[in-house]
Amino acid sequence: MANFLFGAAGFVLAMVALGLFCVLRGPSDTDRMLSAQLIGSGGVAVLLLVATVTENASIVDVALMLALLAVFAAVAFLRDASSAQIKPPNVADRA
Amino acid sequence: MTPPFILEIAFVILILAIAVGTLVARAAFTAVLLFMIYGLLIAIAWIRLSAVDVALTEAAIGGGLTGMLLLGAVARLRESEGSGEEPGLPTLLAAGTFCVLVSAALGTLVLSRPEVAPSLAPAVMDNLAQSALGNPVAAVLFVFRAFDTLLEKVVLLLALIGVWSLAPDRVWGGVPGLRLYAEPSSILVFLAQLLPPIGIMIGIYMFWTGASYPGGAFQGGTVLAAMWLLVMIARLQPVPAISLRCVRLLLVVGPVIFVAIGLLGFVFAGAFLAYPPDYAKPLIVIAEATLTLSIGVTLGLLVAGPPDRMQQP
Amino acid sequence: MTLTLNIFTIVAVSAGSFFFMAGTIGLLRFPDTMTRLHALTKVDNLGLGLIVFGLLPQAEGLLGALKLLCVWIFVQLSGAIVSQLVAQLARRDGEQR
Repeated sequence: MANFLFGAAGFVLAMVALGLFCVLRGPSDTDRMLSAQLIGSGGVAVLLLVATVTENASIVDVALMLALLAVFAAVAFLRDASSAQIKPPNVADRA
Repeated sequence: MTPPFILEIAFVILILAIAVGTLVARAAFTAVLLFMIYGLLIAIAWIRLSAVDVALTEAAIGGGLTGMLLLGAVARLRESEGSGEEPGLPTLLAAGTFCVLVSAALGTLVLSRPEVAPSLAPAVMDNLAQSALGNPVAAVLFVFRAFDTLLEKVVLLLALIGVWSLAPDRVWGGVPGLRLYAEPSSILVFLAQLLPPIGIMIGIYMFWTGASYPGGAFQGGTVLAAMWLLVMIARLQPVPAISLRCVRLLLVVGPVIFVAIGLLGFVFAGAFLAYPPDYAKPLIVIAEATLTLSIGVTLGLLVAGPPDRMQQP
Repeated sequence: MTLTLNIFTIVAVSAGSFFFMAGTIGLLRFPDTMTRLHALTKVDNLGLGLIVFGLLPQAEGLLGALKLLCVWIFVQLSGAIVSQLVAQLARRDGEQR
């Protein structure tokens, strides 16, 4: 069971590596952000699997923290992307 | 070559690949995104090294707050024109030499470690019962090396004052220039109404569980800061002016209470930051609670940045 | 009993990992931001959800199982709202071009 769960964690990590490739490739910044979200979810899955294998419940806390901050990072990105849309960059505009 | 070992090797290669990717990424935004992912993987590495407290802090700060700070910086760079000069050859040589020296020093340290790592961990575990705490990290932070923790909190405040000093004189005491969501979005408002109560609960839980399990004031404070920033970005609460009395009060209440407890240690237990035996746990909890609040406000204001206007928009 | 639970864990975690793979490949191969968003939400819902369900029998006690469920519900909730925000952004982006 432990070996299987380790293997599953390794598989999800491989998916994370693939997601990294998406970050580098993604045609637009939004696509890169989507890949980052995928990597975040992958990270949560890996942490939950590791928590079960090592029987350490505090690792689930790390997964919770990661999920929370992943949302926060997404909002930070969206804030910048939305203001880039509304106000096209214009140096003269800055008060 | 057991499966866990192969997994670890693959993981290390992945971390190195991301680090290299951060350096060679063409766009600043991609580099920042890769840096945040790097923070996530390092957090997983910390867990593998049995440092769950550090993993919590890495996930919170490296992934969340530093990421937001850097994303804001990238957005500002996009809007303003840089000076456009490339660094000259002497600057590049100096930077390169410095990096090589640091890497060589680190490499020498890592490769020449002593047979038995000098560590105070056994001494900490032996005296853990005296500290009335179950988490050895919390015991080190608040009992054995409480003075260092106090100084760290003061350093955090000094860093905030340093950030504030970047403001031009005419807007000193004004409203930090935190970039808000460009236009009101009902979805974001929904998120900012749904998430903060959950986040605040998680933050308090992180602080409370730090006494016996990985966690603590800093991790809890980071979560509180993130929730506050979310509420401000969604325009549900205005960004406060830094001259407001309640802001400044919240910033200093943590360190002040900690210092007060330390001074009381002179009276009741004979030394600065010594705790009277039966009151150790309640005093530590009070200190940590106020520190959580102060750290939350400090980190939030650190990310909000220096003031750039006097009035609310 | 333990054998049945272990088999359930193995099946559920494998299915969850499969959906992880499907979502990642979707992210790689789909032509458009909106479609990639769709692939991503499958990862959050089904991938993570099946893995969490698979780990429930192995969790320590009721509280441990509840914590796992909380993590999954939280990721799902936040993922849903964030994908709405991204879709709003992407649609406006498409209209502007």
